[in-house]
Amino acid sequence: MDTNVAPAFDVTRIRQDFPILATTVRGKPLVFLDSGASAQKPRQVIQAMTRAMETAYANVHRGAYHLSEVATEAHEAARGAVQRFLNAAEPEEIIFTGNATGSFNLVAHSFGRGMLKPGQCVLVSEMEHHANLVPWQMLRDAGLGIGLRFVRVTDSGELDLEDLAAKLADGKVGLVSVTHMSNVLGSVTPAATIIRMAHEAGARVMLDGSQAAVHRAVDVQALDVDFYAFTGHKLYGPTGIGVLYGKRALLDAMPPFFGGGDMIETVTLERSTFAAAPARFEAGTPAIIEAVGLHAAIDYVSAIGMEAIEAHERGLVDHAMATLTQVEGLSLLGAAQDRGGVFAFALDGVHPHDLSTYLDRAGICVRAGRHCAEPLHARFGLEGGSTRASFGLYTTREEIDFLAQKLSDARRFFA
Amino acid sequence: MSAPADFQELQDLYSKVLRDLARNPAHRGRLENATASARGDNPMCGDRVELSLNLVGETITDAMFQGRGCEISQASAALLTELVRGKSPSEARALGETVARMARGEMPDATSPELERLAILSVVQKFPSRVKCATLAWRALDAALAGVKETSSE
Repeated sequence: MDTNVAPAFDVTRIRQDFPILATTVRGKPLVFLDSGASAQKPRQVIQAMTRAMETAYANVHRGAYHLSEVATEAHEAARGAVQRFLNAAEPEEIIFTGNATGSFNLVAHSFGRGMLKPGQCVLVSEMEHHANLVPWQMLRDAGLGIGLRFVRVTDSGELDLEDLAAKLADGKVGLVSVTHMSNVLGSVTPAATIIRMAHEAGARVMLDGSQAAVHRAVDVQALDVDFYAFTGHKLYGPTGIGVLYGKRALLDAMPPFFGGGDMIETVTLERSTFAAAPARFEAGTPAIIEAVGLHAAIDYVSAIGMEAIEAHERGLVDHAMATLTQVEGLSLLGAAQDRGGVFAFALDGVHPHDLSTYLDRAGICVRAGRHCAEPLHARFGLEGGSTRASFGLYTTREEIDFLAQKLSDARRFFA
Repeated sequence: MSAPADFQELQDLYSKVLRDLARNPAHRGRLENATASARGDNPMCGDRVELSLNLVGETITDAMFQGRGCEISQASAALLTELVRGKSPSEARALGETVARMARGEMPDATSPELERLAILSVVQKFPSRVKCATLAWRALDAALAGVKETSSE
């Protein structure tokens, strides 16, 4: 655990932990407002990964020698860190995947093909990232008789709970898989309510925590959620490692997805028997260095405190709402009551691509396009996409003010 | 690079000519009974160019486009529908290859009125993430001439 992090939230001090924030873009200070796509990395993560490669690297779960034991211990310590981060009951409930997309594909294959019955269906919402849509379309189209339904999103960008109740009513939904926080609208979904409603209708629930887990404390036991997915690289950790939490009883009943080394118990030429979770779902050499990096990232945000991060970001959200709504010609997507630091918007008369090129020349990084949520953009009549600014724990009010100023400039430039 | 130079690049990219092309293209629409047509999509951003052509013998006699997208993708499509008129398919494809080369920073040796007109797209070489915007319409042209109905920037 890094002890250099100040207990009080000090954004200036925090920014010093992120080497890239001291760099410039064509001589201008970097204003990084694309953390929702992937977050920057603090020195603590970078150093932990370097240290692991320099001093403690070997393959895990294999060698009966000291270095392999050290690496294995570090790998399992990372699992323990994720368990505590999500407040899971046991470390065996934490499966390492490649990213959140990997977590969804794992559940679609193992739970979807292995445990859903013909006639049952999966229920997703209109505001899902493609990672929580395409695997279910593939499951529906696999010829197993498993359907796919959609919960509507209201005009204000919130999950329509009445529609959810209607879609659950016939008891055919086996799994509800929805986002915990929209990567476009910033809407935080009422997870506890959704889970209660789904469980009452006999459905399991998977939450996409790719955005939410970065911005808020998550307690999978308090939520009583069945599956929870998030990814390391949005949580200030490395790319190449994601997490799937699953309730132990479910994981034990699910067949494996990938076959290979590490996930087996005994192997003959004819057949194999499979290890228990989590090994059953982790075939092949895992992301060893990345797990160490994810552990360091979790230690980093935990030392600051998820509550402190949430409070800082609430301040940013309020400031952004007040500032961006003053920009002439700008319309925000969604107006959810409970929202995180993700703002997608349209600027009257300026195409998102042209806008992001303009902002880039001012040192501002935003995302332009459909943010892997094409159906949601269609839902709001924005087939041409939107521009998105998303915040991290290092984002400042000054950066939001600068964005607002440059948006006004851009509107004049393109007038 | 200094701030004024950055701003100059933006002004070069979004030249008055390019912006007029994007906003008021001469040949917007769809040809009835087109002899060749194709749709180009950029799945990442949603840019779309639907191109329709009339070929008489070995000559493109008419070209129109409709679509949506950023000013660069739409201006490039507008230029295309201007410049391919009266050209043979191979001459038209060669113009597209010139656009792709200019986008990589390679300027053509020879000059001609067409190349000078195309040169307004050459500034995308300084904006690598925008190259696909400039080349989308020309990919649709290649597809249409090859008898393929849909193509993608990816």
